[in-house]
Amino acid sequence: MTGVTLNKVVKKYGDVQVIHGIDLEIEDGEFCVFVGPSGCGKSTLLRMVAGLEETTDGQIHIGPRDVTRMDPSERGVAMVFQTYALYPHMTVKENMGFGLKMNGHPKAEIESKVGEASRILKLDDYLARKPAALSGGQRQRVAIGRAIVRGPDVFLFDEPLSNLDAELRVEMRVEIARLHKEIGATMIYVTHDQVEAMTLADKIVVLKGGHIAQVGAPMDLYRDPDNKFVGGFIGSPAMNFLEGTVSGGQINVPAIQQTLPAPTSAVDGQSVLVGLRPEHLTLGAGDALKVELTESLGGVSYAHLISQTGETMIVEERGDERSASGASVGLTIAPGKVYVFDAQSEQRLR
Amino acid sequence: MNKARTNPFNNIAMHGALILYTLIALFPVFVILINSFKTRKAIFREPLALPDADSFSLIGYQTVLKQGDFFLYFQNSLIVTVASLFFVLLFGAMAAFALAEYRFKGNTLMGLYLALGIMIPIRIGTVAILEMMVATGLVNTLWALILVYTAQGLPLAVFILSEFMRQVSDDLKNAARVDGLSEYAIFFRLVLPLVRPAMATVAVFNMIPIWNDLWFPLILAPAEETKTLTLGSQVFIGQFVTDWNAVLSALSMAILPVLVLYVIFSRQLIRGLTSGAVK
Repeated sequence: MTGVTLNKVVKKYGDVQVIHGIDLEIEDGEFCVFVGPSGCGKSTLLRMVAGLEETTDGQIHIGPRDVTRMDPSERGVAMVFQTYALYPHMTVKENMGFGLKMNGHPKAEIESKVGEASRILKLDDYLARKPAALSGGQRQRVAIGRAIVRGPDVFLFDEPLSNLDAELRVEMRVEIARLHKEIGATMIYVTHDQVEAMTLADKIVVLKGGHIAQVGAPMDLYRDPDNKFVGGFIGSPAMNFLEGTVSGGQINVPAIQQTLPAPTSAVDGQSVLVGLRPEHLTLGAGDALKVELTESLGGVSYAHLISQTGETMIVEERGDERSASGASVGLTIAPGKVYVFDAQSEQRLR
Repeated sequence: MNKARTNPFNNIAMHGALILYTLIALFPVFVILINSFKTRKAIFREPLALPDADSFSLIGYQTVLKQGDFFLYFQNSLIVTVASLFFVLLFGAMAAFALAEYRFKGNTLMGLYLALGIMIPIRIGTVAILEMMVATGLVNTLWALILVYTAQGLPLAVFILSEFMRQVSDDLKNAARVDGLSEYAIFFRLVLPLVRPAMATVAVFNMIPIWNDLWFPLILAPAEETKTLTLGSQVFIGQFVTDWNAVLSALSMAILPVLVLYVIFSRQLIRGLTSGAVK
């Protein structure tokens, strides 16, 4: 059981740099999720940890060992791919035992390890089948089983649930969480879905353009984002951003026709973006905003509002009272739930 | 369900067309077969008639089996064909894997260079090949033929196989790398089984021309002990008199082994198609 340490890790394809010196510490037994929009380098970073992409500069340690220049098989990692990557010409059992067999492990040991993995993943009924005869969820379970059988120090998941339908995704998400609890190994999980990141992670690493935007526990990122990107990325529906100007310790926000208290580091005349989460807002009487449409999901509904300045925002509504399209409304903001970001640097002002 | 598939008329038309094509394709073979069992006179009098009590004769087969060492010719042809196919598939697949899998300088150029062989007929180089074989002392050995046929088959093999190998998913190969397989194991245990239909195609494409070739056996290995079947049959074709009984009998027998090989490869082809890759 070992953690993973990245030290100023850099990846270049020719002259194009895609990972810009990332420092990261993943503790032993931790479930770490790399999250970010597509093209942010999260998969590349994972593949560098796996050894499938060469590291241009910097070091990767798994436990005490420097694995930067090692082959994937020597690193003590196992990987689960988005496309499952099962060997199509082998049965489920052969798929899971293939790695061990090729590395010369005795037959009895392979049998027992495959049996153990198939018990954990409830695959006993499917051992004799070929991957083509399995459903998507079962295939992904086999892929995870293949990873378990290898008994790795670190599990790597590359968007493992993206090819599954919504219902299965929830099911498999729970399964992976259960697996982490049962095995207790270090896991690194890549996803672009912030819901998966929030529900699974001990630690979330938000990546943007090959840089780390912020690292922290899920609720810390939600409660205390460092910059606009993290604020907008974590939380669903996304945070609303409204333009404002600081004057005399107050922020003037024309879109909602209110002034809000400015953070201490803000200076007079500074342009800022005010971040408001949909769940921290309540609609009331007023005429600052107009309801464009409402999406009702049953327990909650989301009102899409448009201001007189043309800015749009989303507000969550609960309870029986739902606003109608076309209505004029005002806005109440829960106290202390205002996030202020500098308009240029997009960094949080506290 | 598509209506065209279930409509009985379409079904009949489809099978009719296929049966018609089969008849046309098999007709020459059929003529050779029936005439190989007839007397010389009957062959010329009624070439399309089936052998009956009067015209039935095994004289052709007797001549063939008496004349020369026919089984040796058989054996030579078989050795040359199977060995050439083996090398074409082995080296072709290896080159194709390298071209498809690894990024290196001159990759595209190398691919084009290898594909050039498809466009330039190997027979243009016959004189140079003969000189080379004389210099290396390989004239009148089966190796001369095997080497030439391997060279002849490689370009198309590399071209077809590299296309297929590009389609084998990268994740699959990466999964194998994480599983600790060497590049050789990935090639032999993972990629080759997956491109088996393509290998069968290449094998079938190469097999027939090699089996039927007269040119290179005549030039490179005309000795009695290295004669191939096609070359051996030529003794029955003279400038003025041709022993048609013997020629037809020899041809009939020559069909058999190639038929067996074809059945083996085509079964691989079907099995490969049905096993299918998993998305």
